[in-house]
Amino acid sequence: MSFNNKLAGEVDNRIVAQALRNFKASVDAWSDAAYSRPRTGVSMSVRRGGWRMAAGWALGCAMTMGVISGAAYERHRQQELAKIAANNAAARKAAEQRTVAAQAAANPADQDADLLATVDRDVSQQVPTAMEPLAQMMDDNGTK
Amino acid sequence: MKPMTAEAAEEIAARDFAGIVESHRPQIFRFLLASLRDVDLAETLTQECFLKAHRNWKHFRGDSSAMTWLMRIAINLQKDHWRNRRMQFWRQTQANAVDVDDAGDWLPNGERNAEQQILAKEQVAQVWKAVKSLSERQRTVFLLRYVEERELNEIAGMTGLSEGTVKAHLSRALSRVRGELRGTR
Repeated sequence: MSFNNKLAGEVDNRIVAQALRNFKASVDAWSDAAYSRPRTGVSMSVRRGGWRMAAGWALGCAMTMGVISGAAYERHRQQELAKIAANNAAARKAAEQRTVAAQAAANPADQDADLLATVDRDVSQQVPTAMEPLAQMMDDNGTK
Repeated sequence: MKPMTAEAAEEIAARDFAGIVESHRPQIFRFLLASLRDVDLAETLTQECFLKAHRNWKHFRGDSSAMTWLMRIAINLQKDHWRNRRMQFWRQTQANAVDVDDAGDWLPNGERNAEQQILAKEQVAQVWKAVKSLSERQRTVFLLRYVEERELNEIAGMTGLSEGTVKAHLSRALSRVRGELRGTR
C-alpha cells in the first residue's frame, strides 16, 4: 500500500491530507537542494559558531569577574563599616568612664561623709554604748 | 576453508559501514533539517551521527535495522542539542534557523497552476507553523511519520516510546495541524 493511500486512511480530512503531502514534498525539495549544495559553508559555519562561542565565554567570564569583584568590594566595605562602628563604641565608652571619674574627683568631701555615715550606722547596730555595762552593775548594787 | 583474519574482517566491516552511510545519510540529514530548520546545524549533527555510529559499529548487533539504529542516534543528538541550547541562554543559536515562512518556499512546481502553487505554499507554511508549536517529542514523531513515512512500530523503536504513546503524540500533532489549517480558511 502506498503512503498516499495510508495517509488517506489515517487522515480523514482531505485538505489536511493534501497539506501533509505538500509539506513532505517541500521538505524533500529543501533537503535535496541543501544536501547537494557545495560543502564549503560547513567550515564557515563552524568558524562562525566558534567566534560566537568565544564571545559567549568572554561575556560569561566578564560577568563572573564583575560579580566576584562586586562581592569582594561589598565585603570589604562591610568590614570597614564594622571597624568604624567598633571604634565609635569604644570611644563613647571611654568618654563615659572619663565623665564618671571626673564627677567623683570633683566632690571628695561628700564621698567621705557618706562613707563615715555608713560606718557609724553599721557599728551602732552591732556594738553597745561604752558605759552601758557599768551602769547596769550600778543598778544591780543599788537595788541590793 | 581458511579462517578470516582480523584485518579482513575490519575491511569488510568498513565497506559495510561505507554502504550504510551512502544509503542512509540523505534521510538522516532530511530528518535533522526538518527538526532544526538549520542547514549548517543539520549537516554538523549528521556528521556527528555517523561518527558516533562508526565508533559503535562493532557493537551493532543487527537487532533492529541500521536505519532504526542511526535514527535513534540522530534523535539523541537532536535532544542533546535542544538541552544545551536551553542551558546556553546568552547564545542565540536560533539565529541560524530558517523562518517557518521561508521554509515553506521550497515546493516543486509539479503540474500545478499559479493559484494552486500559492495555495500549496500557504498550506506548507501553516503546517510548519503547527510543527513549530509542537513539543520536541510530538515534532519528532510527526516528522518521522509524515516526512520519513515510517510505520508506527518503527517510530516506537526509534524513539523508545510505546506504540500507544506514539499514536497519542501523532493524534495531538495532527489536531494542531488541523486547527492551524482551519484558522486560515
